[in-house]
Amino acid sequence: MRLLTHNMLSSNIKGVTKGFPLKIEVEKVVEKQVEINHDFLRNIFPKIDWKAFSDAARTMGYVELPEQAPDPSVLESDLDFLTKFHHALLELHLEEGALVCPETGRKFPVNKGIPNMLLHEDEV
Amino acid sequence: MKLKQLETLLGDLQQFTTPKVELEQYPTGPHIASRLLYTAENSFDDISNKVVADFGCGCGTLGAAAALLGAELVIGIDIDPQSLEIASMNAEDLELDIDFVQCDISNLGWRGQIVDTVVMNPPFGTRKKGIDMDFLFVALKVASQAVYSLHKTSTRDYIKRTSLRDLNASSAEVLCELRFDVPQLYKFHKKKEVDIAVDLWRFVPKRSQVKDN
Repeated sequence: MRLLTHNMLSSNIKGVTKGFPLKIEVEKVVEKQVEINHDFLRNIFPKIDWKAFSDAARTMGYVELPEQAPDPSVLESDLDFLTKFHHALLELHLEEGALVCPETGRKFPVNKGIPNMLLHEDEV
Repeated sequence: MKLKQLETLLGDLQQFTTPKVELEQYPTGPHIASRLLYTAENSFDDISNKVVADFGCGCGTLGAAAALLGAELVIGIDIDPQSLEIASMNAEDLELDIDFVQCDISNLGWRGQIVDTVVMNPPFGTRKKGIDMDFLFVALKVASQAVYSLHKTSTRDYIKRTSLRDLNASSAEVLCELRFDVPQLYKFHKKKEVDIAVDLWRFVPKRSQVKDN
């Protein structure tokens, strides 16, 4: 699971009002190279929840992103920023670990890169 | 990539080994899958450089097709772990990076409309009534640009009316009618192979009119 996917997933347990962002517990991170696409990065940037994203990247051991969302102008000129943004968004994979509901602490295990978000009967 | 080439690549994918009837697991054949994605890409520009989700991905045929046509991120979501395992292997065989999530689409927790396009071959609701509309409801909440889906031709009027009235669709259009051949997978199938008429739909969610780019 990549951090772009993490930026959308949310805990949907019955009664939970704020299931986003899911905390990450890391056992294993893998990196896979993907070709960089500047236009895609510019389009997706305004839709990213930056705090959730940069916190997640840090948890995964990647500390190169600013904590606050940078001014969108960096997307035009700053190749260094684009490279880091791309790397954190699309090249880091949580391979083993867990996602944790921020409200209840319920753990959703991640095995072989696949988070298991299935709810128990009493959570639906 | 040419349509024929896409169809050939998809034809090599592994399909369900022991399909589960309660989940209505029927493989999406390479013929239908290639046409669905090819149309989405070439007629509507909904695939390349986009975030695409494959709902009820099964063995991952539609998602793989989206990745082959240049989607930037593909997310395959299915309730069944065995299907996801096959889908992962299929993606690996084609050297495609696809994210998979195990989840019941009816209970999917999702933030915002970051996904551009949802593609799906949902259960038709012959085993669990209304599941097809549950899928469509969630898809139209998650997608910002378009939802491509297959539904039985016999339900055409109902799908049109309900999606526009209750499911947040601003338009619902049948792109073409296809024959879905269901091989004899299950014991209750009396005939060797049946053809079902299905419609390929394109829905546009309402909020996509206020586009942020």
